Amino acid sequence: MPVTLFLAVLAALSFAGFQLGRSRAVASAGGRLSSLHSVPTYHGFYVAMWVGLPALILFAVWGGLEGSIVNAMVRASLPASMTALSPQEINLIMVDVHNLAYGNISSRVADPALLAAAEHYKHLRSIGDGALAVLMLAAAGMGLQYARQRIQPGLRARNQVEKVVTVFLILCSLVAILTTVGIVLSLLFEAIRFFNKVPPLDFLFGLQWSPQTAIRADQVASDGAFGAVPLFTGTLLIATIAMAVAVPLGLMSAIYMSEYAPPRVRGTVKPILEILAGIPTVVYGFFAALTMAPFVRDVGQSLGLSVSSESALAAGVVMGVMIIPFVSSLSDDIINAVPQSLRDGSYGLGATRSETIRQVVLPAALPGIVGGILLAVSRAIGETMIVVMAAGLAANLSGNPLDAVSTVTVQIATLLVGDQEFDSAKTLSAFGLGLVLFTVTLCLNIIALRVVRKYREQYD
Amino acid sequence: MTAHTHTGTPTRSTGSLAAGIEARAATGALAGAGNKMDAKGVKVFYGAKQALKGIDLEIPDRQVTALIGPSGCGKSTFLRCLNRMNDTIGIARVEGLITLDGQDIYDREIDPVQLRARVGMVFQKPNPFPKSIYDNIAYGPRIHGLASGRDEMDEIVAKSLQRAGLWNEVKDRLKEPGTGLSGGQQQRLCIARAVAVSPEVILMDEPCSALDPIATAHVEELIDELRENYTIVIVTHNMQQAARVSQRTAFFHLGDMVEVGDTEDIFTNPRDERTQGYITGRYG
Repeated sequence: MPVTLFLAVLAALSFAGFQLGRSRAVASAGGRLSSLHSVPTYHGFYVAMWVGLPALILFAVWGGLEGSIVNAMVRASLPASMTALSPQEINLIMVDVHNLAYGNISSRVADPALLAAAEHYKHLRSIGDGALAVLMLAAAGMGLQYARQRIQPGLRARNQVEKVVTVFLILCSLVAILTTVGIVLSLLFEAIRFFNKVPPLDFLFGLQWSPQTAIRADQVASDGAFGAVPLFTGTLLIATIAMAVAVPLGLMSAIYMSEYAPPRVRGTVKPILEILAGIPTVVYGFFAALTMAPFVRDVGQSLGLSVSSESALAAGVVMGVMIIPFVSSLSDDIINAVPQSLRDGSYGLGATRSETIRQVVLPAALPGIVGGILLAVSRAIGETMIVVMAAGLAANLSGNPLDAVSTVTVQIATLLVGDQEFDSAKTLSAFGLGLVLFTVTLCLNIIALRVVRKYREQYD
Repeated sequence: MTAHTHTGTPTRSTGSLAAGIEARAATGALAGAGNKMDAKGVKVFYGAKQALKGIDLEIPDRQVTALIGPSGCGKSTFLRCLNRMNDTIGIARVEGLITLDGQDIYDREIDPVQLRARVGMVFQKPNPFPKSIYDNIAYGPRIHGLASGRDEMDEIVAKSLQRAGLWNEVKDRLKEPGTGLSGGQQQRLCIARAVAVSPEVILMDEPCSALDPIATAHVEELIDELRENYTIVIVTHNMQQAARVSQRTAFFHLGDMVEVGDTEDIFTNPRDERTQGYITGRYG
């Protein structure tokens, strides 16, 4: 039986339990609803939970165990000639058994023993499904019976339902937290493997980045140099250019929108600016690579400068444009959070609008704006697609915005799409870079959030 | 004497305003007698809604005029007309004539920014800037260029704080943030801030409503002292306060000014039934 059918039946049963619980609670109150401890709806949810949850837990446990139990049983029933093979070969045979059972193409001529095993497998699965259906129905029925008996005016149904909801909410947030922890750990372990091959100091302070290593022993290739400084400076250069574009433009437009713009202009300009935030970064990448980079090169050449066709300037400027809405909408929110009473106080002293903005509003909003800018910086550092498309792969150690540079994120992307074996220093260096990137953006975010929070406390 | 004499000429006052100031200086000795401000037929609309239905009110020089009335009666709206603070609200429209020293303050030639330097305002909730105590006071004088040097600014700050009765409490911590003071001190800081610009009129919009009784007593005492040098218009919900601090009282009701007169008369012998009802606490 398919999973969806199980779940649909279970949902229907829970719904029936809800209706039943509610009507029973109403009946038990004997016309005086106020004698119930909890509103009838909570009695309904209480019964629905007892119907649904045990069966659902059973279903989850069963789903986790059934596959391996059935596999073990099928494997045990294979003829001796097959069980004597090595574990890898048995695995292959089991794959074929699955394929045969579900009518997929199998990798070998089906021999009778294999066909029998496939039949056996199918049979076991159908028994399992049947057993699961019966067990789930039994669990649901028992839950229903138990909950139904307990319904009486004094039942603290609301408290129990709320307890279950709380547990559910905790589980949801645990999933998010555990995923984050898992990502950090996997990054950390792979990075440690990398640092076993390349000393951390060489990595952090080396001036030469060329991660090419030989795939085969007889291949002519460089040994690989993993000094990440050129990548750090490249990232810094592009992020600096991006912030040089985004901060003034974003801040000025935020000031215009929150202090000067009449409501109608604000109502149109703000959504348009926010459209910028909705453009996929790949599209910004096109724009950077196909429009901005040639433009920068042509302008540079007409001025007699030598500009590479993939310049840090083009990528940085486009990235800056991408970040404008980020800076402007954060700053706009923060400027709007400055209490009107401060502006009134300033106007009341005969200050002009620009004096008020410069001397009262902006200083009051400054911590929050700085926090917003730090968040934007961590976005600029982590941005990948624009720089992949527009900044290039040449890891030059250069501070010249007209040169081609490469960033940490670009290298991570290119290192992991190659055809290297996974435990080579080349591939593993991506995790080293990832760890550095993660650490830097984490620190920036922590600082930014602290700054923003400190500012919030001032006015709440 | 007016506050102007010791702070020098405001450099930003130009044109007709400067003329007004000179005229004021010339008639300074007589100023106690006349009307400082005069409102005639003032109507205010917020969009389609009419908030004031034609107010006539004379505001005598160097006296405290109290505006009382139930919530939503338009007294704060009227107060905000007197220094054109309603200009900062996009949908507000003001009709009628308001004069300051005989000059129409809604005249095209008048810059509301310069007007507000002459007609200062203290708000309901203390709203010190997130700056040091010193900078809070120095803010106005700085933007109007009232002090030519460090020493002069120090003097303005000290004098303003003294006038607001705050000097002794804060003289040793002028560098600390103004937001760190207590509510009553903050409000007196805001009054000192308004005084520092040497305005001629100070508008106060329920200045004590966020303060406890002791802080309120401080501020009321202060208002009484300021009356020597400034014309004060105060909006208040507290009738005892109006009776204590003001010389004249105007009673507002539903966008109309019902009655105006000497405070003593209004409170002991109101002519209008509504005034009597409000004062005796029958409604409002």
